[in-house]
Amino acid sequence: MATTTSEKSVNNGVNVEALLGAREALTQAPEAAAFKWRATCNWVNGTHSRSTVEGFYGLGDEQKHKTLFTFDSDHPEVFASEDKGATPVEIVLAGLAGCLTAGIAAVAQLREIQLRSVSATLEAGMDIRGILGADGDVRNGFDGIKVTYKIDADASPDDIKALVAQSQKRSAVYDIITNPTNVTVEVK
Amino acid sequence: MAWWLAKRSIDHVVLERGEVANSWRTERWDSLRLLTPNWQSRLPGYGYLGTDPDGFRTMPETIDFLERYAKVIAAPVRSHTNVTSVRSNASGYEIVTHDGSWQCEAVVIATGACNIPQVPALAQAVPAAITTLTPMQYRNPGQLEQSGVLVVGASATGAQIADEIHRSGRPVTLAVGEHVRVPRIYRGKDIQWWMDAIGLLDERYDEVDDLVRARNVPSLQLAGFSDRRTIDLNSLTAIGVKLVGRLAGIVDGRAQFSGSLRNMCALADLKMNRLLDAIDEWAGEHAIDGDVEPPHRFEPTTVEASPPLGLDLTRGQIKTIIWATGFRPDYSWLDVPVVDRKGFIRHDGGIVETPGMYLLGMPFLRRRKSSLIDGAGDDARDLSAHLLSYLSEQTVASRPVRRALSR
Repeated sequence: MATTTSEKSVNNGVNVEALLGAREALTQAPEAAAFKWRATCNWVNGTHSRSTVEGFYGLGDEQKHKTLFTFDSDHPEVFASEDKGATPVEIVLAGLAGCLTAGIAAVAQLREIQLRSVSATLEAGMDIRGILGADGDVRNGFDGIKVTYKIDADASPDDIKALVAQSQKRSAVYDIITNPTNVTVEVK
Repeated sequence: MAWWLAKRSIDHVVLERGEVANSWRTERWDSLRLLTPNWQSRLPGYGYLGTDPDGFRTMPETIDFLERYAKVIAAPVRSHTNVTSVRSNASGYEIVTHDGSWQCEAVVIATGACNIPQVPALAQAVPAAITTLTPMQYRNPGQLEQSGVLVVGASATGAQIADEIHRSGRPVTLAVGEHVRVPRIYRGKDIQWWMDAIGLLDERYDEVDDLVRARNVPSLQLAGFSDRRTIDLNSLTAIGVKLVGRLAGIVDGRAQFSGSLRNMCALADLKMNRLLDAIDEWAGEHAIDGDVEPPHRFEPTTVEASPPLGLDLTRGQIKTIIWATGFRPDYSWLDVPVVDRKGFIRHDGGIVETPGMYLLGMPFLRRRKSSLIDGAGDDARDLSAHLLSYLSEQTVASRPVRRALSR
C-alpha cells in the first residue's frame, strides 16, 4: 500500500480498520459470521404493501437497527394502481445500487483513494408480458441490469474502474442477483 | 530438496508412489507443455543446455528432464512406494508404506498442491447421459464424443483444453469465473522473462500485503504453444468458443450461469494492465526501453451484450463436461494434526508448525515462484538450512554425516 506524503489523510467515512479487524476475528470464529437478515411485510390495499426492517441476527446474538425502517411498495398508475410506493423491482435496483456504492466507498478507503462524488444510474429492461402471463417464453424478471457510475476521485481512470470491479466482486446484492438463490415460501 | 540435503550431508530418502515424475506421466493431458520457457524450467545445478531456450517442454521432455536429474544427482529415490501414513512419535516421524516403515527425524512433504480435482457439488445434478471428466482423466479430444463440450473453468487448464477441444471440431462452451489474463509475449519478450526480471517471481511470502489472496490466485491463462501464441478469452472467442458466466447451478437438467461474466473479464483486464504497468515502469527505470518493443496494451476482453444465463443439458448438444475447476492437495495419509479446516497444512514459509516437518511446492510457499520448477531450488535451499539446524539441535554429539533415517 502506498504511503501518502501529504498531511491530509483519505476519509470516505468508512472504518476499514474495524472491517479488517472483523475479517480477521471471524476467520477464527465462523459461527459469529452467521448473520440473518429479516423483513416483515403487511398488505395495505390493492398492490400496496408496507415492509419493515428492524431486527437482525449476527455475531451470535439478536441485533436491532437504531430505528425501524419502512418501505412502501406499490404499482404505478399505468398498471391501474395507486402509486403509493416504488415498485418492488425498483427497490431491488436501489438495493443493488446501495450495495455497490457502499463497496466502492469501502474499497476506496482501503486503497487510500479519496472519493469526491459517486453517483450511479440504473436501468433494467423488463417485458411485462412475463408477469402478465401473456407469453410463457418471457421471463418475469429483468432481461438485464445496466449500472452506470460517475465517479470523481483522486485516482486514475483505471484505478477507479478497479474500485467498481472490486465492489462487484464482493457485493452481496450483486451476488444475489447474478447467481441462483434458493427461495422457500411457506404458508402457516 | 534431495540435491540440497546431499549438499548438506543429511542422510535422506525420497519416497515416490510411482516412477520419478509420476504426476507428469499419469495426470496430465497429451498436448500439455510447460508454461515456463525452457531456460527458466531449471533445477539446482541443472539448467537447460539445449538449442531451444525459449521453447516449452512437452510432457515426455519434462519427464525425461526430471528422470535425468534424479539420475545425475543420484537421488536416493524409492519408487512404487506409496506412503499410507505419516505419524509422529518420540524420536520423530514414522513413515508407513506398503513396503515397510521408515523412522526419521524430519520429513519433507513434496506431494504438491494438485492431487485431487475439485469437482463442485453441483456435479451430482449433471444428467446421466453426459460424460464428465476431470483434467486428470482428460488426455485428448479423441476420447470425447463428437459433440458439444462444456468446459467449466477458464484458468490455465480450462483455457488450454477449451482451445484444443474446439479446434477438434467439438463446439466448446466455456464457463468463466475468476481468471488471470496475461499475454505470452509483451514488447517482444516472454511474460515469464518479464516476471522474473522485474522481481515478481522472487517476491517473498512475508512481503506481500495479502498472503491468503496471493496463495489463491488462479493459474495464469498461459500455454506453452510452440508458436508462442497467447491464449485468452479473446483468442477463444475468435475461434468460436462460446463464453458464459461461472457455472452457478444445475436444476432439472438446466445449467445456470452467473450474470457476472462481464465483471470477471473486467477484473482480469485490469489486473493484466497493472502487471504491464509494472513491467513498463521497471523497463523505464532500468533503461531498457531501447532494447525492447514500445509499450502497448491489448484489446479488452470482448463480452457479448447478453451472455446466456442457462443451457438445457438434456437437449443433447452437450455430451461432455470437463471440470477445470481447480485442484486441492490430498493429506489423507498425514496423521499429524497440522491440517486446517480447509484441508491445507498450517505452515510458515514451508516450515510446518510441528517440529521437523517441511512443505514444498505449494503456491507462494515462500516466493511467488514456489509452485514453478524454478522455485523449488531456492525454497529447498532455505528449508534444508532450517532442517539442518533443527537436526543439529536433536543429536547429542555432532557427527559429520547426520544419520537422520533408520529403516
